[in-house]
Amino acid sequence: MVERTEYRIEGATGDWEVVMGLEVHAQVSTAAKLFSGAPTAFGADPNTNVSLVDAAMPGMLPVINRSCVEQAVKTGIGLNAEINLWSRFDRKNYFYPDLPQGYQISQYQFPVVGEGQISVEAEEGYTFVVGIERLHLEQDAGKSIHDLDPNATYVDLNRSGVALMEIVSRPDIRSPAEAAAYVKKLRSILIALGTCDGDMEKGNLRADVNVSVRRPGDELGTRCEIKNVNSFRFIQQAAEYEARRQIEILEGGGKIDQETRLFNATTGETRSMRSKEDAHDYRYFPDPDLLPLEIDAALIDRIRADMPELPDEKRQRFIDSYGLTPYDAGVLASDADKAAYFEAVAEGRDAKLAANWVTQELLGYLNKQDIALADSPISAERLGGLIALIADETISGKIAKQVFAKMIDSDDTAAQIVEREGLKQVTDTGAIAGIIDKVLAENPDQVAQVQAQRAEGHAKPKALGWFVGQIMRASGGKANPQAVNEILAEKLGL
Amino acid sequence: MTNLTQLTLADALDGLRKRQFSSREITQAHLDEIEKANPNLNAYVAVTAEKALAMADAADAQLGKTKGKVGKLEGAPLGVKDLFCTEGVRTTACSNILGEFTPPYESTVTQNLWDQGAVMLGKLNMDEFAMGSANETSRFGPPTNPWRREGANTKLTSGGSSGGSATAVAADLCLAATASDTGGSIRQPAAFTGTVGIKPTYGRASRYGMVAFASSLDQAGPLAKSVMDAAIMLEVMCSADEKDSTSLQMPVPNWTKSVGKGVKGMKIGVPKEYRMDGMPDSIEKLWQKGIDWLKAQGAEIVDVSLPHTKYALPAYYIVAPAEASSNLARYDGMRYGARQTGSGSLTDTYEQTRGQGFGAEVQRRLLIGTYVLSAGYYDAYYLRAQKVRTKILQDFESAFGAVDALLTPATPSAAFAYGEKSDDPVAMYLNDVFTVTANLAGLPGMSVPAGLDENGLPLGLQVISKALDEDACFKVGAALEEAAGFTARPERWW
Repeated sequence: MVERTEYRIEGATGDWEVVMGLEVHAQVSTAAKLFSGAPTAFGADPNTNVSLVDAAMPGMLPVINRSCVEQAVKTGIGLNAEINLWSRFDRKNYFYPDLPQGYQISQYQFPVVGEGQISVEAEEGYTFVVGIERLHLEQDAGKSIHDLDPNATYVDLNRSGVALMEIVSRPDIRSPAEAAAYVKKLRSILIALGTCDGDMEKGNLRADVNVSVRRPGDELGTRCEIKNVNSFRFIQQAAEYEARRQIEILEGGGKIDQETRLFNATTGETRSMRSKEDAHDYRYFPDPDLLPLEIDAALIDRIRADMPELPDEKRQRFIDSYGLTPYDAGVLASDADKAAYFEAVAEGRDAKLAANWVTQELLGYLNKQDIALADSPISAERLGGLIALIADETISGKIAKQVFAKMIDSDDTAAQIVEREGLKQVTDTGAIAGIIDKVLAENPDQVAQVQAQRAEGHAKPKALGWFVGQIMRASGGKANPQAVNEILAEKLGL
Repeated sequence: MTNLTQLTLADALDGLRKRQFSSREITQAHLDEIEKANPNLNAYVAVTAEKALAMADAADAQLGKTKGKVGKLEGAPLGVKDLFCTEGVRTTACSNILGEFTPPYESTVTQNLWDQGAVMLGKLNMDEFAMGSANETSRFGPPTNPWRREGANTKLTSGGSSGGSATAVAADLCLAATASDTGGSIRQPAAFTGTVGIKPTYGRASRYGMVAFASSLDQAGPLAKSVMDAAIMLEVMCSADEKDSTSLQMPVPNWTKSVGKGVKGMKIGVPKEYRMDGMPDSIEKLWQKGIDWLKAQGAEIVDVSLPHTKYALPAYYIVAPAEASSNLARYDGMRYGARQTGSGSLTDTYEQTRGQGFGAEVQRRLLIGTYVLSAGYYDAYYLRAQKVRTKILQDFESAFGAVDALLTPATPSAAFAYGEKSDDPVAMYLNDVFTVTANLAGLPGMSVPAGLDENGLPLGLQVISKALDEDACFKVGAALEEAAGFTARPERWW
């Protein structure tokens, strides 16, 4: 059990603690929008995925898309949250050209999903719990395009009316790294559930980051909200910058104004967007075009019965049935692709060995080269073949790394490469003894040194290691290391 | 066949089916009347003569077939309130802000009419966005009531907001018309013009494609020459519509069967709170007459109390503007309608478009609505008004425990002259005092012409029934119609 790291920012006057809560907007994976039948496909020509309802034509009315509701319920179950059988849609009123109705339909007072919680694995190896305050459904706005024309703004309504889940966390997060870890975990859950594709580059998952600072143990400080941050790295950067900005103000004797801020990814800074005084009065009220959202308990049972395996469950299964370390299990279970790859490699093989090779060699290589697992040059089947050769002692782990490197640039199986390159491990004790005899004969001084050390009472003379190295080199790395150790000891009379 | 336009809808349908005259003939007769009368009466804001004749010819072809389906309204020329979106025909809600907006879609209510073979004569005048009780807020100027005070030629209002519909029906410029009722907009004009109007239970008629004023109160219904005609129209206009989430998902009853069934054994409630101070004698007397007629036909009269009635009007003038302030946010000059750019900045475009596009009364209500929904005022106004609404509904529910229907006056006065009340918005709002309760409670309400006042102007009685029990309205309405023997017609001065 690793203790939770106490993250502190050292100011001029002492240590500060950072407190964070996140509002994550996740686009619901569905074919149609929340209140219209228009498609949600990404990349369509501007203003082609727009129905009369999305464009707020006179007399047009919203009709709830039940599949979005089911996705929200499924997500709620995945967040261990309470599902509200009765919820309601409200209107959030404000004017903007990319908001055709002049209001966003959202759930202000009565969200479809209530309190829940998830546990998050930090990179340092500890686990912390983040409370979920609520999850509600709402419409996305369209997109304003300001840079096509110096004198005009263009509006694309393709996103207008697309269903979003807003997932609001409790202020349970205590460092920028924890914030990123939380969003990573949330994303892995959404992807496993199939309720959001988690594509942050397309803006399908984005976070509003609430940051405040305080002296450890003090009451909560005044928070600022950083809008629409759309990568793990930016979440960390924005939070870190914001915390330091606030500390500087507080240490200078100032106070924090509650406000909404924007993160500039180029400069890594946040800047004020609007203060609390300028905050919109959204004039929320229940949408009279819609009936309250009522959910049948049977629907929840059906969705619950049909839940896919979640990352936490998968992690536990990897520990229990494959004997993986909690850390390896966590790494592999956090991502559906990694988990599937690992399970394909481990199928019928040494699972721990498979986990090591997937997490260290393969993922290490892919990360370094910035290649997605889906584009891996080595398939799970081929990597499995390599592991099989290690397990049956055809090659040593060291040779396996050479084979692995060769597999990247060829389509051959590990066995073919080993065969072609003559890398098979030498287990013939006669052959190994011959190599040892030769090395001993060539290095009488070292032999004498070993024996002298032995005479002085050393159980494992240091020079012994030197001999093992020489012998392995002489065998081209192919000698079975265990056999080398045994025969060498015997020959030296140890 | 000289007086085709003076036929009731029921008689015209009969004549059409018996091929006594063609749809083209009766349609042309109406178009001729419109051409003569409209310069004086200003009932139509758009006449679709070509479309009408084409639809009439199609109906005649259908009526001429020996086999095949004849629609319930086959060949009947009707008028459509300009609130209903009509595909390819300019729809403005009589507001400048919609400019020359021509919808590429059809409202469900009008589609239902065309599906049953009806013929569209054109679009009818109304208060801007249905906000008003005298049609003085129409961008096209007000229609004129065909009725005049005896011995005077002062121009009187036809009421509002469905003033154009009432004018057209009373002056034989269509066989019947669509209308809508948010606080009395069908029933008050009916009373002022000696026509029959009914607002069904909220949710019976789809709001899809009907320009929204106040979503939780808006309900379509007909204005017609008789109770039977109103039943024929309402049966066709109503439908379960999945494009409107508040549409009732249940079959539409056969209301025409209730007309003439009599009121024997029915219990009719007379709510004491509808006896207002300063109510004209003529209205008081007419109400008593109505009570006597129903008693004479075998109904039992029961005194009932609706104690929260006095709070209805204030509650209505909070809820309706609140919803309107949000519903009308979409008229921002960005996608359709009239756009005024001013200096070209976004704020100026909004201000100029909305400042010039909306008339004074609409602006007044948008300001009221914005105010009552504002942070800090919401609880005191909007929330309290919703609580009053619940109390009003409970009043009705408890009264309907003892009675089948309620009988009240439809309006606190007969038709008034233009300008008489337009300086005082509150006096104007009082027009709705007897009618708003049915909207707040979502109940059916009908206005039936029952007599003339001392100036020879028509007066109406209102029947309110239980939710979903329009049958009671039709039974009681038909009984009143029969007893009143209301045959007076406006003198044809136009």
